[in-house]
Amino acid sequence: MEALFRNVRELVERAENEQKLISEIMIEQEILMTDRSREDIMIQMDRNLTVMEEAVEKGLKGVHSVSGLTGGDAVLLQAYREKGNTLSGDLLIDAVSKAVATNEVNAAMGTICATPTAGSAGVVPGTLFAVQNKLNPTREQMIRYLFTAGAFGFVVANNASISGAAGGCQAEVGSAAGMASAAIIEMAGGTPQQSSEAFAITMKNMLGLVCDPVAGLVEVPCVKRNAMGAANAVVAADMALAGVTSRIPCDEVIGAMFEIGQSMPSALRETAKGGLAATPTGKWLESKIFGGAVVGSGQ
Amino acid sequence: MKFKSVFDIIGPVMIGPSSSHTAGAARIGRVARDLFGRQPEWAKVHLYGSFAETYKGHSTDVAIIGGLLDYDTFDERIKTSFEEAEKAGMSYEFIPETGHVDHPNTARIVIGDHESEMSMMGISIGGGKIEITELNGFPLRLSGNHPAILVVHEDRSGCIANVANCLYKYDINIGHMEVSRKERGHMALMVIEVDQNVDKEVMDELKKLPNITQVTRIAD
Repeated sequence: MEALFRNVRELVERAENEQKLISEIMIEQEILMTDRSREDIMIQMDRNLTVMEEAVEKGLKGVHSVSGLTGGDAVLLQAYREKGNTLSGDLLIDAVSKAVATNEVNAAMGTICATPTAGSAGVVPGTLFAVQNKLNPTREQMIRYLFTAGAFGFVVANNASISGAAGGCQAEVGSAAGMASAAIIEMAGGTPQQSSEAFAITMKNMLGLVCDPVAGLVEVPCVKRNAMGAANAVVAADMALAGVTSRIPCDEVIGAMFEIGQSMPSALRETAKGGLAATPTGKWLESKIFGGAVVGSGQ
Repeated sequence: MKFKSVFDIIGPVMIGPSSSHTAGAARIGRVARDLFGRQPEWAKVHLYGSFAETYKGHSTDVAIIGGLLDYDTFDERIKTSFEEAEKAGMSYEFIPETGHVDHPNTARIVIGDHESEMSMMGISIGGGKIEITELNGFPLRLSGNHPAILVVHEDRSGCIANVANCLYKYDINIGHMEVSRKERGHMALMVIEVDQNVDKEVMDELKKLPNITQVTRIAD
C-alpha cells in the first residue's frame, strides 16, 4: 500500500493542496493503510488519550520508582507553579510538570502510552494538557493533536529512527519534542507549514542528544529530558507562530538526526556504558541498585 | 515502510519503563506461549546484546515472564509476574549471554512441560514491535510489518493448499509466505504474512484442518 506521504514536504503539500489539517491526512492514511473504519481509529486514539490523562493525574499525586532514583518532582513543580510566581511562565512549567509526571509513572512501571516510545512518553501529553488550559480545545481537537504528532513521528520512524538504541535520545525525546511542537501549531490555529517549521526548529535543538541512562534504567536523565523536550516544543511552537522559519528544511533536519545517530558510538546509545551512566556517581548508583563492586564515589 | 500505522507511533499502551525492552519483551514472551499452545511449566530465557546488559533495569525479565503468562503489554500484573509465575507453577531462569547476535535486543526462550519443549528466538525492533527469527531451529523471516500466522504442521501433501483455501474463504490476502522443514515427512512450518489481522473464527478453522499441529498469530 502506497502511503499518502513519505516525508514532511509531501505531508505539508498534501494538507495545503487539499485544504486539510495534518491530523486529517494522518487519519485518512490510517484508514487507507490498515483498512479500519474512521470510527474505530478515533476510538482507539481516544482511549490512548485517556491513558495519558490518567498517567498525568497519577504522576501529579506523586509516584516513586522501585530504584528510588526518580519520583516526586512533578509534585514539586506543580506546587511551585501554583504559587503563581514562575520565572518561565505558567504554561511552560505546567507542560514541564506534566511531562515529568508521565515519565515518573513510566519509571515506576505504571501504565503509559508510548509517544513515540516509553522513555519519551511525557513530552506529547505534557504539552497537550498544558496548552489545553490556554486554548480550550474540544475532545476531538485533543485527539487530533495526537494524530498530528503521530504524522510527524511516522515520518521520523520511517526515514530515520525513534529508538534510543539506534539513534540516541535525539531520536526519542528529540522526536517527541518535534512531534509535540507540530501538534501545538495545529491546535493553536497555525498552518501545516508552520507545523513543519516548529518541528524543524525543535529537532535542530535536540540534535546530538545521547542516550546514556544511569544503571540502564529509564529514569536518569530520561525524566528531566522529557521536561526539557516539552519546554523546547512550546518555545519552538511560539517561534513558528511568530513567523520564524527554519533555514534547514524539516526533512533535511530529520536526515541530519539520522546521520548523527549512525555515527554515535554504541556507548552513547542506550547501553549504559557512556555519558552520565559512566560518571562516578552514575556507576555508584548502578552498583547500589544492582549490587556488585562499588566503582565510583557517591554523594 | 517499517512503520505503517499511527498507533506504532502513538502507542502501545503499556506498563513502563521501555517500549523496546518491556513492551516488546512482553510480546516476545506472549508469542512464545501462543506457539507452545498452553502454559509452560518451566522457562529458560537467554538474553543477548542490550537485553543482556540492561534487562534488570528495564524489567525485561519481568515482562517476558508476564508474556509467558499471557499478559498483554498493558496488563498491570506484569509488575508482579514473578509471583504470578510461582502461583501458576512455572519455574524460570535467566541466562545473560555474551555471544554475538544480529540485533541488540534479542531473546531466546526455551519453554516446556512434561509433554514437550519448544525454542523460539525473538527480537524487539523498537516502539514495542517485534520479530520472530527462529522457531525450534527453523529460521524465520517475519518482518514484523504485517500481521502473520505461523502454522506448525506435518509435512504432508495438501496441508498448504488447505490453509490457503481457508484464508481465501475469509478473503484474507497472503502478502508473503514461506514453508520450511527439517527433513521430509516430519515437522514443517508455514509462515504466512497477511494484509489484515486474522480473527479467532479463522484461527479455529485452521486448527481443525488435517495434519495441523499448532496455529498461532502475531497481530500487527
